[in-house]
Amino acid sequence: MDTALIHQPLSALTGLLAERRVSSVEMMAAFIARTKAVEPRLHAFNSFDEPAALAAARASDERRTLGRILGPLDGIPIGIKDAIAVAGAPLTCSSKMLANFVSPYDATVIERLRAGGAIPWGRLNLDEFAMGSSTENSANGVTLNPWDLTRVAGGSSGGSAAAVAASQAPAALGSDTGGSIRQPAAFCGLVGVKPTYGTVSRYGLAAFASSLDQIGPLTRNVDDAALLLGVIAGHDPRDSTSLARPAPDFPVEMVARRGPWKLGVPAEYFREGLDPAVAAAVRKAIDFYSAQGGEIREVSLPVAAEYAIAAYYIIATAECSSNLARYDGIRYGHRTQNATDAIDLYARSRAEGFGDEVKRRILLGTYVLSSGYYDAYYLRAQKLRTLIRQDYLRALDGLDALVTPTTPTPAFRPGEKTADPLSMYLADIFTVGVNLAGLPAVSLPCGFTAAGLPVGLQLIGRHFEEPRLFAVARSYEQAHAWHKMRPTVASSE
Amino acid sequence: MSQPPDLNIDYVARLARLELTPDERRAYAAQLGGILHYLDVIKQADVSGVEPSAHPLPIHNVWREDRPQPGLTVEQALQNAPRKRDDQFVVPRVID
Repeated sequence: MDTALIHQPLSALTGLLAERRVSSVEMMAAFIARTKAVEPRLHAFNSFDEPAALAAARASDERRTLGRILGPLDGIPIGIKDAIAVAGAPLTCSSKMLANFVSPYDATVIERLRAGGAIPWGRLNLDEFAMGSSTENSANGVTLNPWDLTRVAGGSSGGSAAAVAASQAPAALGSDTGGSIRQPAAFCGLVGVKPTYGTVSRYGLAAFASSLDQIGPLTRNVDDAALLLGVIAGHDPRDSTSLARPAPDFPVEMVARRGPWKLGVPAEYFREGLDPAVAAAVRKAIDFYSAQGGEIREVSLPVAAEYAIAAYYIIATAECSSNLARYDGIRYGHRTQNATDAIDLYARSRAEGFGDEVKRRILLGTYVLSSGYYDAYYLRAQKLRTLIRQDYLRALDGLDALVTPTTPTPAFRPGEKTADPLSMYLADIFTVGVNLAGLPAVSLPCGFTAAGLPVGLQLIGRHFEEPRLFAVARSYEQAHAWHKMRPTVASSE
Repeated sequence: MSQPPDLNIDYVARLARLELTPDERRAYAAQLGGILHYLDVIKQADVSGVEPSAHPLPIHNVWREDRPQPGLTVEQALQNAPRKRDDQFVVPRVID
């Protein structure tokens, strides 16, 4: 029973709980046991609080006995990226800077999970402060890929992706600034959603680049993604960039939309540098939509293809240098023991607390914002951002979605790209433009390489059109079984 | 990966309040040089007459009622302080 239980999607777990075939405590215990069994090989978690999770499960079982469940996810654990605040739990952002930080409050998404009875589960590994594409920048060490333990799980939400793929949690929350949900979802064979900017409150998410960051779900299938996004989305007055409109009922709106679909294929994204196995899997998915009576149109993203990575790394690092100025060793975070004065205290606390990539991005962001370079880099990147947004909206005109690979290659090996930071940045080609434009995008599994590594298909939609994206994704998913495959992650079972 | 003549790594590190070791100084100067060389691609783009976007959606000033709201207690606000005393943060002397 337990073995079958941990591999189930949210939709199946809600049914098992509703029919009283399993209790929340039994379910939580199964995920805890699984976590302990595989964690030494994977390292998806920075930490987890077993007594708190079991206590929350007991409370859920009591509510159910009284017929007072709070929502569809009542009693179900949801994995949480260690950049999202959970009151009373550590919030390390996988940084030495916050090694001993304990959150005094819940992020809005955690409040919403709790209000629905869901159980925030574990502190999932990430690249330090969400800066990276492999979790190799974590101060706690890399998270490995459940499909191949010699490869990375992706990043920055690599812990969230690995934990769900390895059945340590049935679903998880990550955050996506330039692909940090979609890329690890693609590497680990999951559905990952970057919602329209402003759909999910950022209150309680450790800020990396505020105009790009969005929290979103990583799940086993599209239905689960729609369900979980519905729980966490909605207006929050504590985040001034949160949209002042009610979140749609994603599962209901999703099934109300039907194909055949009109899809755009950006010509620039199928050229050099694309792994042949990835290209083949994505082409096959496009053929599927065509065979279903869909209309496939070649489109062009000339500005995004040429300039999105450069504009992204200017804007993201500029915002990073500004946001991370708060880590000064005064009110919280690491403070050096060897300071002579206040300025020295800041510079040494930051030198000791931040890792290599975070320092690199702070320096780059400081440079592009500095006097004499602001116009040439930052202002120019902001103008390109306007053009990139127009580029996507023009390409999407009259279409339901754009179809691209999520990543140019399947999961790579630790150390493969760390020597050359630029090579890691260039691999974000298909994802960063979406964040600059504030658009919603979904990555879903569309096959495997010959070596058994998952391949991700990215669907990009117009602002606020998550239900349509989910519907497009779901029509593919229902005709394929990729999402039902499970990694043979080594365990002590 | 040569350092552009106008990247003064010591100046940038000072602005960023980040102390660098000599090894870091050399490594970052070279890496940032390479990255900036790539970022210079944006100088080829025609952006004349284009409005900059600071934000992906047309949200402008967001106001709320100026009413007191519950916030962190003193204990909560100080719980992560590296040094504290008498309900206050302890900081180095800033005035002689």
